[in-house]
Amino acid sequence: VSAGSRRSRWLWPGLALPGVLWLLVLFLLPLYVVLCLAFGSLDPIFRSPVPIWTPWNWETSQASYVLHHIFGAHDIYGPAIIRTVVFVLIASVLCLAISYPVAYFVSRFGGRRKGLLLTLLIAPFWISYMMRMLAWVNLLQTDGLVNKALSVGGLFPVHVAWLDGRPATVILGLVYGYVPYMILPLYAGLDRIEISLIEAARDLGASRWSTFRKITLPMSKPAVIASLLLVTLPMVGDYFTNDLLSGSPSTSMYGNLINNAVLSVSKVGEGATFLIIMFIVLLVPMIYYVRATARAEGETV
Amino acid sequence: MTAVDLAAPADPVAVAVRRHGPVAWFKNPWRRPRILETITWLYLAWSLLPVLIAVLFSFNAGKSRSVWQGFSLRWYWSDPNLSVWNDTDLHTALLHTLLLGVLTTVIAVPLGVAFALGLDRWHGRLPSFWNVQMLLSFVVPEIILGVSLYFLASQLPVYTPFQPGTWGQVIGLVTFQMSYPVIIVRARLLTIGKQYEEAATDLGASPIGALRRVLLPMLLPAIFASSVLVFADVIDDFVIVKYLSSSAVTDTVAVKIYNTARGAPTPALNALATLLLIASLGAIVLGYLGYRFMTRGEGKSSLESFAGQL
Repeated sequence: VSAGSRRSRWLWPGLALPGVLWLLVLFLLPLYVVLCLAFGSLDPIFRSPVPIWTPWNWETSQASYVLHHIFGAHDIYGPAIIRTVVFVLIASVLCLAISYPVAYFVSRFGGRRKGLLLTLLIAPFWISYMMRMLAWVNLLQTDGLVNKALSVGGLFPVHVAWLDGRPATVILGLVYGYVPYMILPLYAGLDRIEISLIEAARDLGASRWSTFRKITLPMSKPAVIASLLLVTLPMVGDYFTNDLLSGSPSTSMYGNLINNAVLSVSKVGEGATFLIIMFIVLLVPMIYYVRATARAEGETV
Repeated sequence: MTAVDLAAPADPVAVAVRRHGPVAWFKNPWRRPRILETITWLYLAWSLLPVLIAVLFSFNAGKSRSVWQGFSLRWYWSDPNLSVWNDTDLHTALLHTLLLGVLTTVIAVPLGVAFALGLDRWHGRLPSFWNVQMLLSFVVPEIILGVSLYFLASQLPVYTPFQPGTWGQVIGLVTFQMSYPVIIVRARLLTIGKQYEEAATDLGASPIGALRRVLLPMLLPAIFASSVLVFADVIDDFVIVKYLSSSAVTDTVAVKIYNTARGAPTPALNALATLLLIASLGAIVLGYLGYRFMTRGEGKSSLESFAGQL
């Protein structure tokens, strides 16, 4: 008995061990490498990044360069950061404005069509993100179908260059790209609300609107917050939507700052600093999400 | 006579309008939510029509992606240089995408299932810490994970296995995808509860025997659903794959689209994307049918619970 119980005591940690090691080497270690590069130095001849592995020797010259160009007088990075906040806010609000009615309708009134509606809602999940962006690149070309539709078959010539650095196009791309990721968790949250509560409110004379306002909306708040986070967090780091639908520095966002810095050898340290700033800023919403998820799993964190 | 007239509805038309007119319709508390219904169908059209148009133009006979010039399979295989079939770059990208999908799924799912079981049954501060790390790796924006993995690969000596290239991409993708099976399997463990396992051990099974012969079979639908999810998510991945790509040979369909969409693409790019779409839809249909088969007799609509797994 004792041999068996001793073996079973190590069964669960043993099963977790490969995953633990994997996260240690490929999630935590890389984050440490980012720190060592951000607080590293530059090779004076080749201008290539030289990481400093010991925290007590860290240099702050590259990090302070970045900070001075975000805030101080030379704020070359400031506009991109403000743009990121504005674009992401507008796109997130638009996502919610689209997702909530759709998720609400499908969960409450889907009826016999629920299966079909769900299949159609899930469909964008299985279509490559890049393909969905390609579809809009095709439509928004100067001689594309959007301009053709706007010109009503050539009645008024419309030659809007949608893809030449327009904020509206980038926001449309973000909304189009991320809205499916919001609808499904929102649907799951709304679908979990007990229908008997809503029926009770209606039976007691509450109108549809006040039932919604007093029952459905408060009860769906956790799902709204979680789905907003699921959409907002990746949007902040998105650079490819911008590259595909605009490509102009006049619309570039924080993700573009990171990607452009990382890809040029002498700016790797700056890229690493951008990454750390992003990680710190997003840590609070990320931890909120993690705690909410862990609580749903019945674990206290 | 006049009294009856007064009691009777004065004007049937007015009553009909009052009962069926726009105001009455608006005031009817049990009306069908036409506005919500319209929004839903408009959204669905907006979300799916652009992609359908892109698919349509992959069958265009000419080079345009906005003027229909007749139906042909030119961009799939008949064009001698530019079709997916004849352009090595394009079909290499498709095959490489599918290869990454298979390799990542085969590694990430067993790793994640074991991790989920371990985290669920091993109690204490240490497993909670790693659970938080796992959830963090799930919610962290992909660019943070992609760039940090790219930095790690660029700092490791060349004889280590984690270098840009196919295996580097697979290892990076496993890191990002492992959390899916963990979350899905843990959710399933929560609904199963401990009683089946306890019954098995009471009847004399060893903990490992109970795990293998009772728990794992019950987890099969969740394992299966997470495999489908990981596969479909990997073939859609862009950021990690791009950062850990070593050359054009390890570019996937998503990277190809990113590199050429704003250049001068031909409908062959649409054809390539369409082929990937077909692969993805094939996986999901197979996944759904398999899931339905495994969860038969569980009552709840299998589409809904399958969707819930996502």
